[in-house]
Amino acid sequence: MNEPQAALDRSDSRVRHDEGIGGAVRGFIDRVRSGDLGVLPVILGLILIATVFWSLNPVFLAPNNLANLLFDAAAVGCISLGVVCVLMLGEIDLSVGSMSGLASAILGVIWVKAGLPPALAILVALASGAFMGFVYATLLNRFGMPSFVSTLAGLLAMLGLQLYLLGSTGSINLPYSSALVRFGQIHVMPAWFSYMTAILPGALILLLGLDRMRRRRAVQLSNPGGLSVLLAKAAILTAVLLVAVYYLNQGRGIPWMFGLFVLLVVLMDYALTRTQWGRAMFAVGGNREAARRSGINVSRIRISAFMLCSSLAALGGILAASRLASSSQQAGTGDVNLNAIAAAVIGGTSLFGGRGSAWSALLGILVIQSISNGLTLLNLSSSLRYMITGAVLAIAVIVDSLARQSRASHGRA
Amino acid sequence: MAENESSREPILKLRGVSKQFGAVQALEDIELDVFAGEVVALVGDNGAGKSTLVKILAGVHQPTSGSIQFMNRPVALDSPGKALEMGIATVFQDLSLCENLDVVANLFLGHELSPWRLDEVQMEVRAWTLLRELAARIPSVREPVASLSGGQRQTVAIARSLLLDPRIIMLDEPTAALGVAQTAEVLNLIERVRDRGLGVILISHNMEDVRAVADRIVVLRLGRNNGIFTPESSNAELVAAITGATENSVSRRQARKLEPTGA
Repeated sequence: MNEPQAALDRSDSRVRHDEGIGGAVRGFIDRVRSGDLGVLPVILGLILIATVFWSLNPVFLAPNNLANLLFDAAAVGCISLGVVCVLMLGEIDLSVGSMSGLASAILGVIWVKAGLPPALAILVALASGAFMGFVYATLLNRFGMPSFVSTLAGLLAMLGLQLYLLGSTGSINLPYSSALVRFGQIHVMPAWFSYMTAILPGALILLLGLDRMRRRRAVQLSNPGGLSVLLAKAAILTAVLLVAVYYLNQGRGIPWMFGLFVLLVVLMDYALTRTQWGRAMFAVGGNREAARRSGINVSRIRISAFMLCSSLAALGGILAASRLASSSQQAGTGDVNLNAIAAAVIGGTSLFGGRGSAWSALLGILVIQSISNGLTLLNLSSSLRYMITGAVLAIAVIVDSLARQSRASHGRA
Repeated sequence: MAENESSREPILKLRGVSKQFGAVQALEDIELDVFAGEVVALVGDNGAGKSTLVKILAGVHQPTSGSIQFMNRPVALDSPGKALEMGIATVFQDLSLCENLDVVANLFLGHELSPWRLDEVQMEVRAWTLLRELAARIPSVREPVASLSGGQRQTVAIARSLLLDPRIIMLDEPTAALGVAQTAEVLNLIERVRDRGLGVILISHNMEDVRAVADRIVVLRLGRNNGIFTPESSNAELVAAITGATENSVSRRQARKLEPTGA
């Protein structure tokens, strides 16, 4: 008050205000020390995994192998993105694998067996996903049935339906020449387009950041970090993306399918962090009673989360079918379910609700797919792959728990 | 705002309000007036019906019989949303804050500005302005609520209830879990809220706090009105009204000063 020019949020002298790049780095170190690790462990993990596999077999980092990895990551990544939604509420969906398998069976039956247009088949598959999500949410809202149980029941029921739809033949081959299969196996972005998409995020960060700074200054709020941090962020991100895109373009390039997945992640991130719906998701996950008392319709939020989760699982199933060019009884079984859930958790979305990000699906699936891809390159059997993926998941959850304890003792929720 | 009118007429007027839970008569024939710009303390022993009354006013429970007038109109408070909409805000004892969200997000929870593209800048400005008007000491509105002290959380909870411009704010045991300095901070805040022209209903067990800020003290005992006191009343009078025991060591000593209850 004695300094009328002081920014509105800088009137409390007890708080250290970090300025510039030095301040930003200091703030980051503070956050990490108090247990707010963010994406740091995942990035370090990815670097470690890449180094180990590259030293064992240099093919791992070859551009074409990485392109393959991205093709494989997109399908389970989509499923994982849906899992992030339900984990955010502190719920779980154990049936995402079955849902994806059922979606691929629906695709095969309607498109190939019945000869109807593929667009219709995709729509029906997505709608069945939305319907299952609605059922889970309703069971939870009306009967208080824990999602753990209802989705376990859904897992069995949908697996049965998948087997029933596919009948005795057991699998349906999708036509290789179709756009959907080419999308899942061949199509990559043209080089010019991939470079443009590599520049876009940095440019957006810069433009939106400048706009935000201008608006904050207009209303007397301080700008922590200021222009220097903004420029540094945009420059680093653009440089990293350009190098990555250049490297991938030395081989097959960047799959459109992976592009679709990243687009969905970006949209989900916007919805979770910049809309009222996203705020309500965090609130319900953090303190359901408080959310209810604030006038948030908890039932509706749950319905939206479960419907999104199952729909994205169905989309993942369609992408997986197009990747394999078949709808089979094996689709969605095995490790698909747990990989999708593990990816969300490894990426940093808490199992206990209220903490997480859409990006955790992307980062987590890159970790899981890298391990799986690397072990396949080493000609190791799937038995070993399961064990190693299990160990990584355990480590990720331990890191999460330790970080949570540290956050609690540092007063950071 | 009709200040002149509301200074004569109570903004909230309860007449003959009763509430039955099965065979239990939780409240019977309760009368309560709350004027704009005053702090009414609601005191009573455990089971006296304070919480039931608060829940009726918050729209959580509905009264079995009796009338509630708000701003000179009979109203039915049949849901928490309705009470909030009408202008009766409640700060519950457990505060109902989301610890994983920051102060701004908690203040605006459920009422965010521009739902499809959250206006964080505008929300932050309004948060700072409100907190400054209340002279609240919150170091940063961008820290998660988990990092705040008990008093600061209480401040955030009260500030949140003010955001919707209520006419009456009910505080359920706002100082129960707080230390000396934090209690003083919250009591100051209550006075500032009153000075904004709001009616404040304060539920508390702590007679010191009640006497420090209340303009009138309404005593409930076993679900009935048991007298209205002023902060000048002695501790013995209050204790006697709350416990119903006129025959105890405190009351005997102060017997001469005792006035008839239920005045």
